[in-house]
Amino acid sequence: MLELRSVTAGYDRAAPVMRGVDLTIAAGASVGLLGPSGCGKSTLARVAALLHRPDAGQVVIDGQPARGWRHRAPREQRTAFGVVFQQPRLSADPRLTLTDLIAEPLRAVGRAPEAAAVVPALAARVGLGKDLIGRRPHEVSDGQLQRACLARALVLRPRWLICDEMTAMLDASTTASLVHVVEEYRAEHGAGLLAVGHDRVLLERWCDGTTHWDDLTGGL
Amino acid sequence: MADTKDLVWRAKGGVRRSTRAWRVRTSAVLVAAVVLAVLVVPPLVNLDEQAVDLGMKLHPPSLSHPFGTDDVGRDLLLRCVYGLRVSLLVGVVAAVVATVIGTAVGALAAASGGWVDRIVMRLVDVFSSVPHLLLGIFIVAMFRPGVWPVVVSVALTHWLSTARIVRAEVLSLRSRPYVDAAISGGASRLRVAVRHLLPGVLPQAGLAAVLMVPHAIWHESALSFLGLGLPTHQASLGTLVQSARGSLLAGDWWPTLFPGVFIIVPTLAIAGLAGAWRERINPRRRSELML
Repeated sequence: MLELRSVTAGYDRAAPVMRGVDLTIAAGASVGLLGPSGCGKSTLARVAALLHRPDAGQVVIDGQPARGWRHRAPREQRTAFGVVFQQPRLSADPRLTLTDLIAEPLRAVGRAPEAAAVVPALAARVGLGKDLIGRRPHEVSDGQLQRACLARALVLRPRWLICDEMTAMLDASTTASLVHVVEEYRAEHGAGLLAVGHDRVLLERWCDGTTHWDDLTGGL
Repeated sequence: MADTKDLVWRAKGGVRRSTRAWRVRTSAVLVAAVVLAVLVVPPLVNLDEQAVDLGMKLHPPSLSHPFGTDDVGRDLLLRCVYGLRVSLLVGVVAAVVATVIGTAVGALAAASGGWVDRIVMRLVDVFSSVPHLLLGIFIVAMFRPGVWPVVVSVALTHWLSTARIVRAEVLSLRSRPYVDAAISGGASRLRVAVRHLLPGVLPQAGLAAVLMVPHAIWHESALSFLGLGLPTHQASLGTLVQSARGSLLAGDWWPTLFPGVFIIVPTLAIAGLAGAWRERINPRRRSELML
């Protein structure tokens, strides 16, 4: 179970973008969070993934309160989340090849030897062929790069996936294929999902339930 | 009418492009020649650049002394090459030290954020508000004349702009989602810094270092010219120009001209190369310059 308890967060203490937001996702469940652009959904997603320190409130992961944010969060809490962002160009270090990009989390947690076996299989699973994974981000399309970013999010087998507008930059067929990969992974590993977006049709088909930003914040 | 305008515009662009290529090539050749002269000539010729020959004093350029001789009969070509060697050493070491200090301070300020950042950057502002030649004079004045006080003085007065550049660069890189992704992937602070932030900053820092070399050489020359840098018997471009002042008033132009050329040509060549490098790593700036 992933619980956000009365989270107040933003970038200026005097004017937070959200006040007292509660959100609960049952283990293995998926929730779609809908809202207009700029309302604060991404900030909420970053709080949930322990990437943004809220001004007040708590994040509880499977019964354990988060013990810090960003680097201060213990590694096993941070890596419980696989995060995919909206813009693949900005989410990929331009100097790393796609192979290195996907292997990076394994290396960061000291499991580099596994990379040789895990990365090609995972790349194939997200639909990246052998000829593509040796390239750097500027040599592939947005869709291909987002596939690599999804593979990177899955490589440590997280218990929670946070997809922040993952498909907003992509065409319909790439969207379908990435959603399929996420759902396949969740079916195998029982991972929970928070999918943030503004595409009601997509999120209603993708997730067990959807919630609207206005309902979450009480229309504030 | 529109066609001719277009043609003229294109022709202009072409000319500019070829001048730039020519400039880069000339700079590269000159820098290579300087490096070669400085590294190869002194061990090969094995002559004493301090050898005094009072019978040969202040001879104008001739076949045996292409740059002439100075007021105690030392060969000026040899003095210039040795002087360039010392000045280049001072310039390069000072620029590297200044860049390391600047990168460390800038990265620390940006990585820490908050009050550390504010205090460090205000200190940088305070240092920058003092003319740095003045600050440099103040620093060398505290030591006995020599190479290292000059290096310290130039290094300590030149890291400020690098600190600003590196801080800005780290701040912009740090907020990229790929840093978030790295944190979420379990990367430690050190790993994020070394693997993701530093490689992004290094080209800028390296460029700042190269751009600083000519500036550092000018500073060494200025300090030595003022009599505060290197001791006068040690040939450096600054001390050569300084000791030539007296003979210039007597109409002997060569002891001033040749060291002066040795200051200007290599430094402009290094600056030219660095400029080309900057245009390479920052293509948008190039297109802005083209307009």
